[in-house]
Amino acid sequence: MYLIKNLKILLSVLVILLTFAPNAQSTEECFENTSRAIFKFNMAFDDLVFEPLAKGYNKLPDPIKKGTSNFTSNISTLLSIPNNILQGNFKQLGHSVGSFAINSTVGIFGFLNPAEKIGLIPHNEDVGQTLGHYGFGPGCYFVLPILGPSTLRDSLGMLADTFVDPFAHITLREKELLSTSGNTLDYYSVKITSSIDFRADNDKNFESLEANSIDLYSSLKSIYLQDRENKINNSIKEEDDWGGLDN
Amino acid sequence: MNKICVYLITYIFIIHTSLFAYSTDPKEFVSELVTEVISKLSDKNLTDDEKAKFVEEIALENVDIKALSLYTLGEIRKSSEKQILIKYQNTFEKYFLKSLTSRLSDYSNSDFKVIEADKKSVNYTIVNSQIVPVDGGPKIKIDWRIYTKNPEKPLIRDLIVEGLSLARTQKEEFSSILSSNDNKVEILIQKLEEFINN
Repeated sequence: MYLIKNLKILLSVLVILLTFAPNAQSTEECFENTSRAIFKFNMAFDDLVFEPLAKGYNKLPDPIKKGTSNFTSNISTLLSIPNNILQGNFKQLGHSVGSFAINSTVGIFGFLNPAEKIGLIPHNEDVGQTLGHYGFGPGCYFVLPILGPSTLRDSLGMLADTFVDPFAHITLREKELLSTSGNTLDYYSVKITSSIDFRADNDKNFESLEANSIDLYSSLKSIYLQDRENKINNSIKEEDDWGGLDN
Repeated sequence: MNKICVYLITYIFIIHTSLFAYSTDPKEFVSELVTEVISKLSDKNLTDDEKAKFVEEIALENVDIKALSLYTLGEIRKSSEKQILIKYQNTFEKYFLKSLTSRLSDYSNSDFKVIEADKKSVNYTIVNSQIVPVDGGPKIKIDWRIYTKNPEKPLIRDLIVEGLSLARTQKEEFSSILSSNDNKVEILIQKLEEFINN
């Protein structure tokens, strides 16, 4: 019932996508100069806020880091459930539901990950990926303040996520679901913790990329677009553009 | 005396070539090469310069830097003057070798395991591997695109780390620099030189 209600909103998002970005290419920039300025701001914000937080987080004992990472991953599995239904991917739906059920109970509210040990490994799925699954192109590329790289499809998808995500339903919208409720603070606390966990996990990679890039903005754009492409296809695309160099 | 000299030269030559003679089987080739690189990078008896020199020699011998440089230039390589292309390739090689050492040192404290090899065509085999950091960090999936046109001399063309192709990332980075500078390869060369000299 909850899903059906929110499908109306998702369909509206689809209509917007169809209207504004049916054939836009992933490499096209919406407004590159603005995006580069926002990127600079984001880098400064990262230097001042995210990087110190990530470095501090990395100093925590491993069980705490692992537990936090498991907890946020388990909550993000909730968003995958409606998206797996929308994509008709029932094998992954089984992984998501099974993983969430086991980790939330046996895994003590998701702090442990026993589901992984029995082979339940859910892929993260969001509305952007669902739209990509049905053939919607990424639209043009831009950078959002704080949130970072995105495309038209993924930004609209991110907005739609808050309507189909059961966790957002009980926290952001403060509705009750299966006798569980929360508030806005819960939502943002989990999202921010998840971002810090991601930043901490990739601290060395960021440093290496920063040190070795001539144009960091373009490197991150390429990485973002490749990652989204792989996630939508649930596989790695083989680059076959070496044709002329095979002689 | 002449005989001794010939023996000595032959001996040195054999020792030197055996240092870089890896298996011709792509899976074994990757396994032997990376195991040796990780072992050298984690060797506390070697200085940073010695490690860098070792990595450079290995890369020059086993990475298809020439093809990689042309690939990263994209379609512009077809319309560029030969002289500029040669200058670009030489500069790219220096840039690649400089950035490689720092990228590889991130993996020096890790265990390496080759999972399987998938022969895509006569020219390519993808070798799937896994890096497991000793400090307990997350496992990293690395796929190696091995060029096997000459089966006796496999060459690395690309590393795909967690699904992200390093060659493609480099190509798209260069493409952005070129498109914002009227597709002038000279400007890209200048930026690569700035990186090398920093």
